[in-house]
Amino acid sequence: MAAGVAAWLPFARAAAIGWMPVANCPMPLAPAEKNKRQDELIILNVSGRRFQTWRTTLERYPDTLLGSTEKEFFFNEDTKEYFFDRDPEVFRCILNFYRTGKLHYPRYECISAYDEELAFYGILPEIIGDCCYEEYKDRKRENAERLMDDNDSENNQEGSMPSLSFRQTMWRAFENPHTSTLALVFYYVTGFFIAVSVITNVVETVPCGTVPGSKELPCGERYAVAFFCLDTACVMIFTVEYLLRLFAAPSRYRFIRSVMSIIDVVAIMPYYIGLVMTNNEDVSGAFVTLRVFRVFRIFKFSRHSQGLRILGYTLKSCASELGFLLFSLTMAIIIFATVMFYAEKGSSASKFTSIPASFWYTIVTMTTLGYGDMVPKTIAGKIFGSICSLSGVLVIALPVPVIVSNFSRIYHQNQRADKRRAQKKARLARIRVAKTGSSNAYLHSKRNGLLNEALELTGSTEEEQHMTKGTSLIESQHHHLLHCLEKTTGLSYLVDDPLLSVRTSTIKNHEFIDEQLFEQNCMESSMQNYPSSRSPSLSSHAGLSTSCCSRRHKKSSHLPNSSVPATRLRSMQELSTIHIQCSEQPSLTTSRSSLNMKSDDGLRPNCKAAQITTAIISIPTPPALTPEGESRPGPGSPGPAALPSSANIVKVSAL
Amino acid sequence: LSYSADTVEDEMEMATVRHRPEALELLEAQSKFTKKELQILYRGFKNECPSGVVNEETFKEIYSQFFPQGDSTTYAHFLFNAFDTDHNGSVSFEDFVMGLSTLLRGTVQEKLNWAFNLYDINKDGYITKEEMLDIMKAIYDMMGKCTYPVLKEDAPRQHVETFFQKMDKNKDGVVTIDEFIESCQK
Repeated sequence: MAAGVAAWLPFARAAAIGWMPVANCPMPLAPAEKNKRQDELIILNVSGRRFQTWRTTLERYPDTLLGSTEKEFFFNEDTKEYFFDRDPEVFRCILNFYRTGKLHYPRYECISAYDEELAFYGILPEIIGDCCYEEYKDRKRENAERLMDDNDSENNQEGSMPSLSFRQTMWRAFENPHTSTLALVFYYVTGFFIAVSVITNVVETVPCGTVPGSKELPCGERYAVAFFCLDTACVMIFTVEYLLRLFAAPSRYRFIRSVMSIIDVVAIMPYYIGLVMTNNEDVSGAFVTLRVFRVFRIFKFSRHSQGLRILGYTLKSCASELGFLLFSLTMAIIIFATVMFYAEKGSSASKFTSIPASFWYTIVTMTTLGYGDMVPKTIAGKIFGSICSLSGVLVIALPVPVIVSNFSRIYHQNQRADKRRAQKKARLARIRVAKTGSSNAYLHSKRNGLLNEALELTGSTEEEQHMTKGTSLIESQHHHLLHCLEKTTGLSYLVDDPLLSVRTSTIKNHEFIDEQLFEQNCMESSMQNYPSSRSPSLSSHAGLSTSCCSRRHKKSSHLPNSSVPATRLRSMQELSTIHIQCSEQPSLTTSRSSLNMKSDDGLRPNCKAAQITTAIISIPTPPALTPEGESRPGPGSPGPAALPSSANIVKVSAL
Repeated sequence: LSYSADTVEDEMEMATVRHRPEALELLEAQSKFTKKELQILYRGFKNECPSGVVNEETFKEIYSQFFPQGDSTTYAHFLFNAFDTDHNGSVSFEDFVMGLSTLLRGTVQEKLNWAFNLYDINKDGYITKEEMLDIMKAIYDMMGKCTYPVLKEDAPRQHVETFFQKMDKNKDGVVTIDEFIESCQK
């Protein structure tokens, strides 16, 4: 029941006393007031800001986080309050939902942050009240569009990775002139020739001065040969371009039907038809008409201009508005033409000879052109004429803003998309730099780690601890994870930094040697190899880590090897010793490197489900347990020891 | 150029799945964790996945953050399937806790079972060479391209050959759970 209604219930029940005098049957017994437990105030501590509310308020909605037992997971025993590490601003809205029954969406809040909070507290966004629902939906749709655009451009970029066939590269070059210099050159050349062709057509008709002895000729006829050559050149270029596009198109049938290709064809056809046709008097008239189509070449510019394309798209999308405009104009024209015709019928020598003849007058008047070649002479005609021109202004002005706003919207959308793409490139570059930074950090620490081992053998543990102090626990655990992977596969990460690579070349040799030894060991058909790698691994986690710990063992077994070129036999002995130890304590590892040890314990929850790795899991533990864990050689119960070390994991939100 | 049409798209997918886990006491009884531990686990889990479940995409994303240089999606896929015990396409907190409980606190037998389950991609009770090869390739994929020595094409296959021989006692081409456990425990 909504909070508001519940508050009125006692009043309604009291007022029911009024029914008693006229009741036919005795009233039913009132429900006994169950001894409900004392309603208690619960404290919700959200990032330090304390909210207090009654327990029953929260229990109104039992299928949300706060209303169910799920909140017990967040109960803090020491302070007896529920602690949530979330945004307190948004929590205000959430709590108000419990109090009032209406969920509001604050306008200043980011839509995705708000969505996340709703998801966390288990509240469906549908519950948002009518007052705020539309706003919420609009913002959500905008956001989705934005994400879609990003995804699209991402996909486009990724599409360039796989190697394309020659045909596909050509098509991409045609569609996107910025992909290669050749495409750009082609783009500009065709643009130039389109301009040349259009100018030629125009200049052809200009009168060029007189040839002595004949009348003034247009330039086209005076320099017929020159113009013919120009025309030929342009048409050749256009033909070649069209054929190339036809060849490269992924779907030829669709390409032929597309608007641009039709324009291309229409632009070059007159020339070929002119070639084919003879200079016959009968058909020369038609030939001249065909020349008109040459002006369509100007539409080829739309490939070069995005604005033109947007305009074309706008017109297409505003088809209904344009249609309405046309229809209303036609209606008005017919009405006024008829009226004018009958009004002017009486006057003598009137130009309004028929209704269709009056159409011309009506159109000219409605569009406020007013040529003045047809004017009404009668008074009635003049009255209706003025009404016609006034209404014309209105009828035309109405649909135009709709078309304009459509154009503006599409244009701005396009601008935003371009801007976002440009920004995204810069952003991705920065992100890549950050990522390589983290992998470089791993290689750094690897180098440090191996130096540690070398130092360890010589017995100086202080330096080793000094080295490892630099990296945080999470970092070192992550590095350990990567190291495990290296060991599993027998490969090692390469590094780009030349300085580092010099240093790591020694390490690489070391690694490689490790693996060689390992390979050799593998070839030994001893069963000891394999189980020793398996059983201790199971102390931690499966999958990757199984091999991970197998490697750890190899590593620790190789430590003596690295400093002293050991014989295979010796390494085998090492392995068997470790194996024996492990079979006794399947849950322990006997790695000697402190880095490994610490990471092993701490890594267990980390390695497993990645969800937890980035979470804060810190409970205050007696620090005494940690060193105990490190040096623990004997069988301890792994359980309690494991958790305290896992308790020392520090939260990082992103690795 | 593609422009989004301005149609009324109010039927946007409200595909929000929300999952609430069992009560704390119940989970404590079922798993081998204490209450406090469960609290800690859940807070972390919920922070990463506010909706209460992890779907495969999120899981892959999270996992890929650990292996920036390689492609960890295949392996994350296998891992996800190993966690998703009821195969409903998402890992809830219960799945997560039960998995962790087996892995951290389980007996050796249980852990081996889990490992076998991971390797057995189609969950038919046998690990074939192809399955192991898939897993191996996935592991190698995580390393990425920039490795030393350069990853050979057949490195995973060789790796598999070696191990498979050891595990498959009766040479019937598949590794059963018993062979697996036996060879691991030896």
